[in-house]
Amino acid sequence: MIKKVVLSTLGVALTSSLLVGNAQAGEVLDRVKEKGFVQCGVSQGLPGFSSTDEKGNWSGLDVDYCRAVAAAIFGDATKVKYSPLSASERFTALQSGEIDLLSRNTTWTQTRDTSLGINFAGVTYYDGQGFMVRKDLGITSALELDGASVCTNQGTTTELNMADYFRANGMSYEPVVFVKADEVVAAYDSGRCDVYTTDASGLAAQRTKLKEPNAHMVLPEIISKEPLGPAVIHGDDQFFDIVKWVINATVEAEEMGLTSDNIAKLLIDSNNPTPAQQRFVGTEGSLGENLGIDAKWAYNVIRQVGNYGEIWQRNVAPLELPRGVNNLWNNGGIMYAPPLR
Amino acid sequence: MTEQKYPIGQYPNLPPPKNSVGVVAWLRDSLFSNWFNTLLTILAIYIVIKTIPGLLDWAFFSADWVGTSRDDCSREGACWVFINVWFDQLMYGRFPEDQVWRIQASYIIAIAAAIPLFIPAVSRKIKTALALFLLVLFPIICFYLYYGGSFGLEVVETTLWGGLFLTLVIAVTGIVMSLPLGILLALGRRSNMPVVKSVCIVFIEFWRGIPLITVLFMASVMFPLFVPEELSPDKLIRALIGVTLFSSAYMAEVVRGGLQAIPKGQYEAAAALGLNYWKSMLLIILPQALKMVIPGIVNTFIGLFKDTTLVLIIGLFDLLGMAQLAATNPNWLGFSIEGYVFAALGFFVFCFTMSRYSQSLERRLNTGHRN
Amino acid sequence: MSEQKLINAPAKPPFWRDPEKRALVFQAIFLAFVLFIGYSLVRNTMANLEAQGIASGFGFLSTNTGFAIAESLIEYDESSTYLQSFFVGLSNTILVSVIGIFFATILGFIMGIARLSKNWLVSRLAAIYVDTLRNIPLLLQIFFWYFAVLRQLPNPKQAYEYFGVVFLSIRGLFGPKPIYEDGFGWIVAAVILSIVAIFVLYRWAKKRQEDTGERFPVLWTSIALIIGLPLLATVITGFPLSWEIPELKGFNFRGGLVLTPEFSALVFALSIYTSSFIAEIVRSGILSVDKGQTEAAYSLGLKPSWTTRLVIVPQALRVIIPPLTSQYLNLTKNSSLAAAIAYPDLVAVFAGTALNQVGQAVEIMGMTLAVYLFLSLFISFIMNWYNSKMALIER
Repeated sequence: MIKKVVLSTLGVALTSSLLVGNAQAGEVLDRVKEKGFVQCGVSQGLPGFSSTDEKGNWSGLDVDYCRAVAAAIFGDATKVKYSPLSASERFTALQSGEIDLLSRNTTWTQTRDTSLGINFAGVTYYDGQGFMVRKDLGITSALELDGASVCTNQGTTTELNMADYFRANGMSYEPVVFVKADEVVAAYDSGRCDVYTTDASGLAAQRTKLKEPNAHMVLPEIISKEPLGPAVIHGDDQFFDIVKWVINATVEAEEMGLTSDNIAKLLIDSNNPTPAQQRFVGTEGSLGENLGIDAKWAYNVIRQVGNYGEIWQRNVAPLELPRGVNNLWNNGGIMYAPPLR
Repeated sequence: MTEQKYPIGQYPNLPPPKNSVGVVAWLRDSLFSNWFNTLLTILAIYIVIKTIPGLLDWAFFSADWVGTSRDDCSREGACWVFINVWFDQLMYGRFPEDQVWRIQASYIIAIAAAIPLFIPAVSRKIKTALALFLLVLFPIICFYLYYGGSFGLEVVETTLWGGLFLTLVIAVTGIVMSLPLGILLALGRRSNMPVVKSVCIVFIEFWRGIPLITVLFMASVMFPLFVPEELSPDKLIRALIGVTLFSSAYMAEVVRGGLQAIPKGQYEAAAALGLNYWKSMLLIILPQALKMVIPGIVNTFIGLFKDTTLVLIIGLFDLLGMAQLAATNPNWLGFSIEGYVFAALGFFVFCFTMSRYSQSLERRLNTGHRN
Repeated sequence: MSEQKLINAPAKPPFWRDPEKRALVFQAIFLAFVLFIGYSLVRNTMANLEAQGIASGFGFLSTNTGFAIAESLIEYDESSTYLQSFFVGLSNTILVSVIGIFFATILGFIMGIARLSKNWLVSRLAAIYVDTLRNIPLLLQIFFWYFAVLRQLPNPKQAYEYFGVVFLSIRGLFGPKPIYEDGFGWIVAAVILSIVAIFVLYRWAKKRQEDTGERFPVLWTSIALIIGLPLLATVITGFPLSWEIPELKGFNFRGGLVLTPEFSALVFALSIYTSSFIAEIVRSGILSVDKGQTEAAYSLGLKPSWTTRLVIVPQALRVIIPPLTSQYLNLTKNSSLAAAIAYPDLVAVFAGTALNQVGQAVEIMGMTLAVYLFLSLFISFIMNWYNSKMALIER
């Protein structure tokens, strides 16, 4: 009797859970709308990109793009939940649907874009891998690093770039590879390694965590291209488009001079907004409709999160990183958004 | 010898020679019985002199106890200010400060319900009721208390859970969930049915053969692949499932030890009474077997309790993870020793008490089973 | 005859009450249930993999890794294949396990015997050692040695120097490395020869003792053999061995033999953690030998040292060996904690770095698990073999 009860309960429970599982990718947008929030994968703590304060509030450039997507879909930038992920967990988390959006300083590479089943929606930060050393080593170039111990993170392109660079220049090195960024920093700070290598933005961010930030310097060589940007899963093109155009909207807004402060005025006293501005805020045209979301989506993004320049100023500027290639195209950089029309 | 005061055969018992009793004799017997022993003693005294005063000095006499930042740690010894500042995080992780009462409430309930179990005077009925409450109802209460979302409690995401609290959640859930699973597996392994038996053996040996860290890796990275996409529970639950399956295999082996120790006559007697398999197991065999393996279960729990530290590798911050996090905080670099010593002390207190408890139980039950 | 039997036979129970048939039905249901779960898991995985466009198959094993590994017993560089990185991880795991087992056994036996010492101070110290170490999680101990202790060492430029050939710094312990020259093979051959000779001698001495009762000083002869023969070979071949002394060049010491902090912390923590368990096993093994055995040996006139060696140890070993092997197995599995401190073992290199670069979790985790399962089956196979051998010797 008990056997039957146990068996049938187990059976029902398992069949109901397993049979439903005709895994179908796609329709992420429906899932997000149904849940009422965007589940966003971020880093476990990288100042300037995604980190928490003591009260657990998230901030950073990557976090702002999570908020921007939520603002576009729900008209409310707070409808985000964050999953802090390690470098090794991030892709499976996205593939499995545990998160809807991966915004975790992730480099866009061809292999990742194709064989991992994910799509990169754009570039929010053009980065490159650099090296940080102690000033008292008296080194001025990465080419003097022969025989050094190098600390870095596991599961990143950094590991491969570093190997390529040292091999191409005929130098030997000792890799010391940790799973967590904090452990890499601690290892470097204690002197276990001579060199710390990761994306230049990461170096600037992690430098603030060192005992004496001023005793360290970033070498001039940038050995790789690291375009960082948010990624979504293959299969739901609509959601992919939304994320892509949210990024473009922030860049376009900066070019058009729209900020979170002045964009509200456009709606209230629309005495003479240009047609482009009207399209942007959704009073004209069908940009929102094309994406399947509210017509005021771009307005909400800029009003609640800000344009690309504002996002940068708020998060990255405090790290004392030059804006460099991340300037707008008409300002010496390569940030260029296709037209919103 | 020459003076004979007593008649032959009526000597009173003389006291033993002076050098074979008392402190001197003890010293000679246990410390200086021969040259090798003396050498060992001197070596041991040297070790004690070399370590203990320095350790005491570091931990107490030259330690800093009060303050709020690392600047308050100017003396040479340990900086307990560090522990002081991070104490809440080490205990509860990032659980919102104004919600911590929920955790404390559950501790109080657990302790209040558990104390009567150790008092012999309490009647058996009450003990059974309390044990059932702790095993069945209490976990459900805890879930609502911790996670919230109903009864007017605000939701606390599992990513905010941490510290000793998370350690306890994982260890206790692991053991409570793995017990029934382990019993079923042990019964299956001793079954006469070849199919059931071999499936159970394969299952048990699989989980016993692989390291926990790979189980956790699978839970964090691969688990989402195994289940339908709609079902992707959060990281803590995946880790809990992994830990439960892992420890259920060890539990099964402990329970099997108990089942094997039951004399065959008990099985036969149960059969002779006309009890079917489940009845004879539930009413005759398991009560005896489980009682016998309580020390083994406690030992498994100790092992699991220590193993929970591994969850920090997949990014959950248990007591050790929190200590590690605090030690890599830029404002507190260089105090990792204090953090580790504190965490070690925490684990030691729990594990040592439990192992002493299981040893005393073992002696009381006198089953001679060891893990 | 047959008719008679039929009449006397008890009425057959209906088939749903027949235990044998019921067992068959139950097993069929159970099997179907298990197969169904297995099938569902496989199908879900396949569907998920396909839906997400993740590649599958073992083709990646023959592609180049492109990453470097800090320590390797076998040849490996960035142009090696993933299969080679697998073997690098595997060999590192085995290296750590073997060395860890070696030290854990020695320490464990010393501590186990020390706990039973009549010397009060020694037995107390041993008890503190055992109780402390076995009640603190291994990972915490590894972290303690690695992050708290070894990180305090000085930079290479301020390295502690011993005799001008050994250097200790935060980068590890650097010592001289033997360089084998021509003719070194003779010394190896001499070592092997002396081991064979000792084995033969042992057999012969045992037989002689059983036949005649005379004892032969096997131990001293063995020591003479194992030192003498290789020494002789060394002298004859003219010391075909030189040493490479580490040198401080640029950032680090170059050349010589290196013990990295990662390796040292891992081996150290694994050894002392496991030794605390082995000590308990040894203690209970020795206690399990009845006191009467000792008394009987004494009354036969055996010296205390002979009593220990000939009477107590052989009996205690029978109790000690099975749990000891399972401790060895635990140590091997625990060596996977290397992943937490950057030592490139199987889990760190293959299930970590390689998995992250390739993304084929199913294949890579499958291979990793297979290694550990194989190791545990292998060790339990040896244990069973040993147990049956022990059972045969019992008289």
